[in-house]
Amino acid sequence: MARVKYRYPGESRWKGWWYVLPALTVYLLFTFLPILETIRTSFYQWDGFSQQKTWIGFANYLEIFSDPKFHNALRNNLVFVIFYSIIPILIGLFLASLLSRRPIPGFAFFRTALFLPQVISMVVVGVVWRWMFNPTSGPINIALNWLGLGRFAISWLGDFTWALPAVGSIGTWVQYGFCMILFLAGMQRIQEEYYEAASLDGANALNQFLHITVPSLRSEIAVALVTTIIAALRVFDLVYTTTRGGPGESTMVTGFLIYRSAFMLNRIGYAAALATVLTLIILIISLLIRRYQRHGVEEDA
Amino acid sequence: MKYPWKKLLPRYLILTVFMLLVLLPLWGMFTSAFKTGVEVMAGPFSLPRELSLQNFEQAWRVGRFSVFFKNSVIVATTVVVSSVFLSTLSGYAFGSLPLPGKTWLYPLMLIGYMVPFEAVIIPLYNFMDKLGLTETLWALILPQVGLSISFGTMWMASFFENAPEELTDAAAIDGCSRWQTLWYILFPIAKPAVTTLIVLIFMWTWNEFLLALVMVQNESLRTLPVGLAFFQGKYTANIPLMAAGAIIVALPTILIYILFQRFFIRGMLGGAVKG
Repeated sequence: MARVKYRYPGESRWKGWWYVLPALTVYLLFTFLPILETIRTSFYQWDGFSQQKTWIGFANYLEIFSDPKFHNALRNNLVFVIFYSIIPILIGLFLASLLSRRPIPGFAFFRTALFLPQVISMVVVGVVWRWMFNPTSGPINIALNWLGLGRFAISWLGDFTWALPAVGSIGTWVQYGFCMILFLAGMQRIQEEYYEAASLDGANALNQFLHITVPSLRSEIAVALVTTIIAALRVFDLVYTTTRGGPGESTMVTGFLIYRSAFMLNRIGYAAALATVLTLIILIISLLIRRYQRHGVEEDA
Repeated sequence: MKYPWKKLLPRYLILTVFMLLVLLPLWGMFTSAFKTGVEVMAGPFSLPRELSLQNFEQAWRVGRFSVFFKNSVIVATTVVVSSVFLSTLSGYAFGSLPLPGKTWLYPLMLIGYMVPFEAVIIPLYNFMDKLGLTETLWALILPQVGLSISFGTMWMASFFENAPEELTDAAAIDGCSRWQTLWYILFPIAKPAVTTLIVLIFMWTWNEFLLALVMVQNESLRTLPVGLAFFQGKYTANIPLMAAGAIIVALPTILIYILFQRFFIRGMLGGAVKG
């Protein structure tokens, strides 16, 4: 519960506003008003240069929903959710439960390494993995050839079937350490007695994991879901540096579609509508997951 | 309670596998930067035969990474200093002062924290264009400050909200003004919260890509990530040179991460739901 804030004697009740005002001005000008302007722009047809902006109502939205390019991009974003969110959370839960509860000497070292991809520019990550996936000089194909599996040594990022999972797996590489550390932090809270009681009742490791660990980590799982799903839905830097949406449209995602429509095809209104739809999807998913999280907290209480 | 060795060993093994999965690609890239093209082909993860800095020199000068580096430092420093200052002020108001209208002001600020740059980039570009700020570093700085303030205000507000009341009460009795209480009493004890905020905003700004890609076309105004992306387009086949460029981009955040690790992890786990 927030504390009641008392005024100093003789102090104006608006004093706080003087402290908020500078930040608020910058925030409104460069973040909030642009959000509103994006929504407004989405109802116009505009090439970005000419004076002429034509009001076309919901036409941009209607076009989006019938545009196979958007369907394809959104589907790819959903595939990214599997690679950015589902797989890392499962790996994270597995690793966290493996360590669980008792301190492992030297764990700090592992933690430093596992968290590392989180702090590196996604452009660098893209450069690193383009090299890893390089058809001739990349370590992955060198390893496959060395193992005698040369026929699987394909051009990963240039393949219509394999480019999407290849780029997606880079997301898995970035996210799993983060998920694991998040879950481990949460597991410190779980009381040892739960596990002891469960062992006495004859629950095996899997049951303990499903019925004690996972429910107790509800809040951490929610944070991991929000963070990683948002990352999967707005992925741009990584696609830009690895495939630019190709080959064909096989790794095209919504973020890149917005960029292409606005800054390469000069379809500003259409791009704004795309941006609005993407933002709405992100907001709705975040709110839903937060709700699940809060629901859990109330149940526990 | 500690694990017996027999139970520790398999745990170390699995941890090592997952750690190597993270480290090997980075290690390969790191060592490549010191090698020649032929050497890279011979063994991607082997140690370089000699520690030649030639690739770094070429990236730094011919690849103009010195220019990109300077731009990144200017942008990151300006954004960090101004966002932390403004967020401290507004966070103080949200956390410790009576603030009429707080009930709607808070969610208003929160929106910026949930919205991606994709949602604002189009009007921002036109706005900056009208102000004559495209093709200047201001076009990268101002929007980044706006977005950072949204998170920074929440972050600092939750710190001030939980600051010990006895301290501020004592300061008030001693006749400290609000301004003095903030900077002489509260700010010194806010160091951990402020440090976390600094390292997070630094990292987000340093790694920011879309804004820097869109706002400036002039090569001498590019930041490191955008510089590296274009560099990659030009020198795809020259892996040692690319590796050197990538290291120049990544090294500052990695160093700061290693130095301030606990602040980083605390901040990012503390619900910093932002990419």
